[in-house]
Amino acid sequence: MSGLTANIYLLTPEFILAGLALAVLAIDLFLPDDKKSILPILCIAGLVAVALVSMMMLPGVNISLYGGLLAIDAFSLFFKIVFLLIAIFIILSSAQYIKQYLSHQGEFYGLLLFSVLGMNIMVQSRELLTAYIALELLSFSLYVMVAYSLSNAKSNEAGLKYIIVGAFSSAVLLYGLSMLYGATGVTKFADIGLILSGTTELSPALWVGIALIFVGLGFKLSIVPFHMWAPDTYEGAPLPVTAYLAIASKTAAFALVLRFVCEGLIVAEALWQDWQIIFAVLAAVSMLAGNLVALAQTNMKRLMAYSSIGHIGYILAGVTVLSADSIVAVNSVSFYLVGYAATNMLVFAAIIGFFNATGKDNISDLRGLADTQPLLAASIAIGLFSLAGLPIFAGFTVKFYLFAAVASSGFLWLAGVAIIASLISLYYYLQIIRQMYIEGADTSHGVASTSGTVSLPKAPFSTTVVLGIGLVVVIWLGVYPGPLLEIIEFASEALIG
Amino acid sequence: MAAIDEIILISLILIPLIAAIVAMVFPKDNPKPVWYFAIAVSALTCLLSIIAFLGYDYSEGGYQFSRTYDWIGDPVNISLALAIDGIAAPLVLLNGIVLLGAVLISQTIIHRSRDFFVLLLALGSGVFGVFVVQDLFFLFFFYELAVLPMYLLIGVWGSSTDFGTFLRTKEYGAMKLMLVLVGGSVLIWIGILALYAQSASLGSPTFNMIELAELAQAGQFSQEFQKWIFPLFMIGFGILAGLWPFHTWSPDGHVAAPTGVSMLHAGVLMKLGAFGIIRVGVMLLPEGASAWMPILIVLGTVNVVYGAISAISQHDLKYVIGYSSVSHMGYVIMGIATLHPVGVTGAVLQMFSHGIMTALMFAMVGSIYERTHIRDTNVLNGLIKRMGTASCFFAIAGLASLGLPGLSGFIAEFMVFVGVFRTYLPLAILAVIGAAITAVYILRLLAKTFFGEADPRWEDLPDSSPVEKAVGAVFVAILIVVGVWPAPLVRVINIGVDSVLQGL
Repeated sequence: MSGLTANIYLLTPEFILAGLALAVLAIDLFLPDDKKSILPILCIAGLVAVALVSMMMLPGVNISLYGGLLAIDAFSLFFKIVFLLIAIFIILSSAQYIKQYLSHQGEFYGLLLFSVLGMNIMVQSRELLTAYIALELLSFSLYVMVAYSLSNAKSNEAGLKYIIVGAFSSAVLLYGLSMLYGATGVTKFADIGLILSGTTELSPALWVGIALIFVGLGFKLSIVPFHMWAPDTYEGAPLPVTAYLAIASKTAAFALVLRFVCEGLIVAEALWQDWQIIFAVLAAVSMLAGNLVALAQTNMKRLMAYSSIGHIGYILAGVTVLSADSIVAVNSVSFYLVGYAATNMLVFAAIIGFFNATGKDNISDLRGLADTQPLLAASIAIGLFSLAGLPIFAGFTVKFYLFAAVASSGFLWLAGVAIIASLISLYYYLQIIRQMYIEGADTSHGVASTSGTVSLPKAPFSTTVVLGIGLVVVIWLGVYPGPLLEIIEFASEALIG
Repeated sequence: MAAIDEIILISLILIPLIAAIVAMVFPKDNPKPVWYFAIAVSALTCLLSIIAFLGYDYSEGGYQFSRTYDWIGDPVNISLALAIDGIAAPLVLLNGIVLLGAVLISQTIIHRSRDFFVLLLALGSGVFGVFVVQDLFFLFFFYELAVLPMYLLIGVWGSSTDFGTFLRTKEYGAMKLMLVLVGGSVLIWIGILALYAQSASLGSPTFNMIELAELAQAGQFSQEFQKWIFPLFMIGFGILAGLWPFHTWSPDGHVAAPTGVSMLHAGVLMKLGAFGIIRVGVMLLPEGASAWMPILIVLGTVNVVYGAISAISQHDLKYVIGYSSVSHMGYVIMGIATLHPVGVTGAVLQMFSHGIMTALMFAMVGSIYERTHIRDTNVLNGLIKRMGTASCFFAIAGLASLGLPGLSGFIAEFMVFVGVFRTYLPLAILAVIGAAITAVYILRLLAKTFFGEADPRWEDLPDSSPVEKAVGAVFVAILIVVGVWPAPLVRVINIGVDSVLQGL
């Protein structure tokens, strides 16, 4: 250990990010209301700068900082870039929404940047307390963002529900940490792994400690049966926050789970096999329950909430088959997370665009969208086909890859359940596509023109850009994922082997 | 030629797929340009499929035009391996012909025609893909790609049927077709993953079908394993082939679909299922196939008889053809289940012959429905007086389907019967009875609807358009040529079938 300042320059991206968040808050104070639209531009410029700095500085670095609290490696770099991209696209697709529906824009962007900072530290942490603090930084930002629509009772209720469940799950997580620490005396993932691989029988305290940690994380990830908060929170939160919850917070939490399991648990092979069964059952229950309940939804946001619970189940199946011998499982989880993020981004960007034009978010409101807004309809349809796992879209490739990894690790039954669950999901995705393409246009919203067709206000340019990029990425991942997989493999090797 | 050999199979997949993406930029409201574009693309793929078929050297046999493109390397190993054998070659040709015919017939699609052709070309690409790939990942990829556009093609451009007491809406037909077919692909997907997991446990994880077939030949897949996994493929692919009792999506789907889509679906898509049973089931799991074939042949016989009896009781023209397809796919299933060279060759020939025949029937019925807006055989009478060409072509297709010598159906069904006679004699008798029932509903239809008393209501009926006549004439010519001179097709198919059955 060579002091706290050694290699501190490796954290430059995080410093810039923190500075940017504070700067946005400060600048907001001095901006007149009609100039606030430079805030999103400033945020995007800053995030791009952070991404560029990370890309220039960090590739090839593989160092633990502060005696093993933070890992600066290919894995964290990969996910940092993913988080930054998600944040950029969320801002691009929702700047219009935020201007139209939310007050206090400056604080919103500031909180968003702080949450990105939280995610970045989370994926780098290789020690339980650091991970916990990063998780809380993310969660606290989200608590406020969920309740951001002050005048909307549903948003307030969602915020309240989210903060209570969030605080509860944090408490559970913290209690688990303390029990684990009490039993082992260490908090670093690698040390936990060493101690676990040395024991043949788990002491009850250790078992309960690890279990409580996963229960806490299970709440954050909305794994069934810890998912009850998710649909209400998703429905009440402002749309961009719903998108952010569904995409970014889940990706980040899984990145943490990947590192914790890979460094801390799978080294103890015999013990990990017991845990695998528990994870497999949770995964199967999540994917079935999420997709079955989604069948009954009429609101787009609730539907996406249950659909994301289903997808969390698939990803958890990938976590189940993590093993020290093979990086395929790590690859498949990372790959799925990217495909899931890209596809959801596409769908949410289109839903946000639709909401800006109409102020509605029920499935039946999408009637005839293919005639009134072909680009939005095509984006939603392609996104949903991708979520349902149909080619030539990202969802097919990532699902096939993930399920192949699950099946070849001896969990063929779990892959089978996952495949059946994705058949169930196809039904409700098709119902939405039916509203958009098969049902006639609803003339109650938008302006009926003389020719009888309905025209909606045009989506802003930034939405079109997001949709365009989203479509390209979703199709590109579906037909030619080779280059991305090579990068992911590089990242996975930092974790295993 | 050599240059074309290099790229022919990849072009068959990529040209329609890229064209589908390019077609998205065509104007939304003007149907003509995108139709011409689709014709150009499908004519090109039709030409390529003819070149592929003629270029397939039957004296050499085996896999030809093989090319492998790396896709995902270690440790998962997926590559786009392309090759055709004697079974795939005629089916590629079939898809080339029917796709072009379906695009031409779809002249009448005016509403959102751009989206229609985008989806139709994507479907064509998926079908070509299934026939030419040698990798299970991509087989499944293209299989799903061929199923995916069906929901919108039927839901948006299809038609509902009113039965008086109840309504079969196009939304119902589309959703049923989609869910049942994807339900079938669930089984296929699990089967593929099981094969992959098995190969991984042998130390060489692969999706490559040629490598998996070698493992199967070497006896690496235990009999137990094969017996468990084969039914997944048998039923999964069987659903798409219209296997009884999973066939009900097929008449509902075909009837609800617009003409061009019915042609492709009954003509080519159902063949994907039968092709999958041979290519994946029989080739990769030979012992499983031997164990399950007695059950499959019984189901196939039920298909033949049940489909034919159902067709008798229908009085919607499209439902008659829909159930007749179920019945005729029964011959294909029976032929495959014999695992006898003559029977399997007959089955593949029947796929080709039925593909052309049923596409022709749907095209002509579409042409009639376009003008009368009625498909009820109780109402339609004596169409020959007004729509002479369409009626004649329909009659020829009908005669081919009941197995009239001189037309393609006869050779194919005869070979299937020979195969079944040599293996399962009692069932062969039932199959022949099925053919007799076919004669009942086809001849009844011809006698009344087409050649019966002319109904004054249809006096002003215009005849089919020149495009429809041209498509019909080509299809009729193919039925006759294959009927009188089947040697080129049979030779190619035979070589493919022999190498598949060698593994047994």
